[in-house]
Amino acid sequence: MEIAIKKKIMAAVTCEARKVEGVPVFYAKDEEEKEVMAVTLCRVMEAVAHDMGNGVYIIVKH
Amino acid sequence: MAIAGAVIIGTLARYWMMRRDFRQYPSYPHAVVNHLALGFVAATLGAVAVPAIVAKEYTAVTFLALASTQFREVRSMEREMLGSLEKTEMVPRGSDFIEGIARTFEARNYLVMLIALVTSAVIFSFGLLYGIAAAFLVGFAIKNLMRGKVIKDIAKVRPAGFRFEGANLFVEDVQIMNLGLPEVKKTYHKQAKALIIEPFDDNAREILANAGQRQAIAHDAALLLGIHRDVDTPEFTPLLRRDTDTGRIAMIIVPIEPDEKCLVEAVKNVPVLESAQSSPLSSDAGKCASD
Repeated sequence: MEIAIKKKIMAAVTCEARKVEGVPVFYAKDEEEKEVMAVTLCRVMEAVAHDMGNGVYIIVKH
Repeated sequence: MAIAGAVIIGTLARYWMMRRDFRQYPSYPHAVVNHLALGFVAATLGAVAVPAIVAKEYTAVTFLALASTQFREVRSMEREMLGSLEKTEMVPRGSDFIEGIARTFEARNYLVMLIALVTSAVIFSFGLLYGIAAAFLVGFAIKNLMRGKVIKDIAKVRPAGFRFEGANLFVEDVQIMNLGLPEVKKTYHKQAKALIIEPFDDNAREILANAGQRQAIAHDAALLLGIHRDVDTPEFTPLLRRDTDTGRIAMIIVPIEPDEKCLVEAVKNVPVLESAQSSPLSSDAGKCASD
């Protein structure tokens, strides 16, 4: 049987320290920078940014 | 005479069956040659059967058995080829769609054999003109019998509205996905089109529940209207999600040509895949549950 990981959290982007652990975290100084970083990460990783609703974007490879 | 006539008619029938339509397949010139050659082989096998029996050469008929092995290869050839092309498709066909296409290719060779067999038998007994007439008759019978259903036969397709609740994208009340980036949302507001597919009955509901069937709809719609995405923007992949309460399907797509009417038309004409077919209504339990 072939086992493969189909979805993976590649990184997280947030403005708040210590909110995310276990994946590469990118800290932004404000909302604007957070968006720019998320877009860049998405395009580079060919992934999608999802809004966790608590100020954290997770970059997920689908 | 009977054999030559039937071989020619059979090969022509194979060419006629190759629908070179929007699916861009098998319009690749070399694929056409491949399939014509196999059609020729199938036609020859079908054509020699009747004259061989008349000449009491019964061993010749065993070649028909060989043919089935030969054409099973056609199916795996198509499956392999389309499967390997999947990785480079913007919106993949999905394995169910590929299986359906591969099966059709195999079946069409048997149909060519049938046409050649009938034609050669009729030419052998009545003459060439009757043979040609018989070939047309069988051809049209096959065309009508083999015509599969399309989505508009099983469901109502209508445009629908979509909205964002925070980062969550909804088509009417069906949640599609979570999209974080404001720039992506802007593109959705500007260009996305949504629609709802409402199954007519429980059979249709189960067909639409099949993920392969939904992938086929996404593939065809994306192919016909163009898709606003590249390899690095997976956010714009067309998605079809199921309303788990009613079995309705909600679809969202960001086409290059944002024309709602054309999108509905494209989705209506997506074939219902053989592998997605199911008919719970033909069982007592299914009928009882549908009340």
